[in-house]
Amino acid sequence: MKKLINSPDTVVTDALAGIAAAHSSLTVDIENKVILRAEGPTAGKVGLVSGGGSGHEPLHGGFVGYGMLDAACAGEVFTSPVPDQMLVATKAVNGGAGVLHIVKNYTGDVLNFQMAAELADDEGIEVVSVVVNDDVAVQDSLYTAGRRGVGATVFVEKIAGALAERGAPLAQVAAVAAEVNERSRSFGVALTSCTVPAAGKPTFDLAEQEIELGIGIHGEPGRTRAPLQPASAIVEIVLDAINTDLAVDGDLLVMVNGMGGTPLIELYGAFNEVSKYITGHGGRIARNLVGNYITSLEMQGFSVTVCHLTDTLADLWDAPVDTPGLRWGR
Amino acid sequence: MDAEFFRAWIAEIAAVVEAQRDHLTQLDSAIGDADHGINLARGFGAVQTALAAADTPTPGSVLLLTGSTLISKVGGASGPLYGTWFRRAAKSLGDKPEVDLPDLADALAAALEGVKKLGAASEGEKTMVDVLAPTAAAFSKAVSEGAAAPAAFATLTDTADGAAHDTIEMQARKGRASYLGPRSVGHEDPGAASSALILHALRDVADRQAG
Repeated sequence: MKKLINSPDTVVTDALAGIAAAHSSLTVDIENKVILRAEGPTAGKVGLVSGGGSGHEPLHGGFVGYGMLDAACAGEVFTSPVPDQMLVATKAVNGGAGVLHIVKNYTGDVLNFQMAAELADDEGIEVVSVVVNDDVAVQDSLYTAGRRGVGATVFVEKIAGALAERGAPLAQVAAVAAEVNERSRSFGVALTSCTVPAAGKPTFDLAEQEIELGIGIHGEPGRTRAPLQPASAIVEIVLDAINTDLAVDGDLLVMVNGMGGTPLIELYGAFNEVSKYITGHGGRIARNLVGNYITSLEMQGFSVTVCHLTDTLADLWDAPVDTPGLRWGR
Repeated sequence: MDAEFFRAWIAEIAAVVEAQRDHLTQLDSAIGDADHGINLARGFGAVQTALAAADTPTPGSVLLLTGSTLISKVGGASGPLYGTWFRRAAKSLGDKPEVDLPDLADALAAALEGVKKLGAASEGEKTMVDVLAPTAAAFSKAVSEGAAAPAAFATLTDTADGAAHDTIEMQARKGRASYLGPRSVGHEDPGAASSALILHALRDVADRQAG
């Protein structure tokens, strides 16, 4: 294992300390591993809390700030945070209008956020949870833990964050978060594995000329393995999977997301293929993101997330945002 | 069995989980996300620290602190699930200063119900429930038929070993392994494996005290 770290035991807290040092707009509670807006809660605004295992940066801590999250809880690498952290975050961001928990659909995240919501309720804080589950790679939902929450999480956090910033009540903020999730689909591909620092070796093995189709964001395997092929062919597989589930027509918000180890030159090449495919299927990419937004450590690979926009959703997407990971209009 | 017995059990679990850390993580990397041994070792290490600092005069109080600490420290799915398992067992044991085999059988049954409810899991889905359910039933049966301590605990671990092994042929329907579908067949479930270790630790402590 070759990593730029001090030790596997301190990798998460070292990064949190770095985030605190780099971004004066944020406050980092290192002990509880919670990243917060420096200015504290806004009175009368719905608070947005998300969180999950570390190793997906900039998700979630990089999306804390104006127009997006109020707090993010960082777990160990690829391990859900614990209820205590979520309760600390929930109490800290409560401006009196209730708190929205944005939860990726993974068993650990769901269980821990569920316990945290109960604890918050005991303390008189109204919490509504929205579970993101946009990964079409998980096919048979009856016999699985359900579709995983992946790329759409970025869209949900941005759009719900914008609506909360405008002063909408908790029920409306939760509704728009659920709407974005319902209108979004994702699919990921791994070209290489990744190494959890504490484990010291790759999570799975892929041969030199082999790729994993439908990869999850923790290196958990997907649908099947296939030989490496040109980007155009891989993108076709990805978008066929998405298009089969929800047709890629109309006005779309599209993200081509790197898994951490894929250079931008390749992501832009992939976006070009995505653009051609969607245009050819009667869709229009009205908004886009190309870059590393929800990563899996140093994994080579990418995911595509497609969201069907409405005028309202596009307007909320365009609204000002000021976070380490996304920043425009302010 | 008094509080000291249960503290010895938890200490044994901490030692075994630490020793088996890489093995559990390896099982998890085959069908999950390669952190089960790491998380449990971290969690039971934290439990040891918490127990050393607190006054736990009853078996129930030992297990309650164990469960709460696991929920607070482990994260993932195993933290809430094992945390709930220990907390439900604790509540079943109440504040008795000493508990007997029927008390323990009832506690294992209550703990199982808590885990099944939280995880919405039933038997045959390739999870820790596949070890916790048959072992609770076998232990309860042995105790109700009048088995003495050594035989009852032997039943517990014999059942655990077979049950953990039986998860190899199952297809996962819960947790991250479920994403693999048929590819999850052929691997022992890491949660089932760690449940078997926890029950072995119980038997080892009981045998040591008896012998």
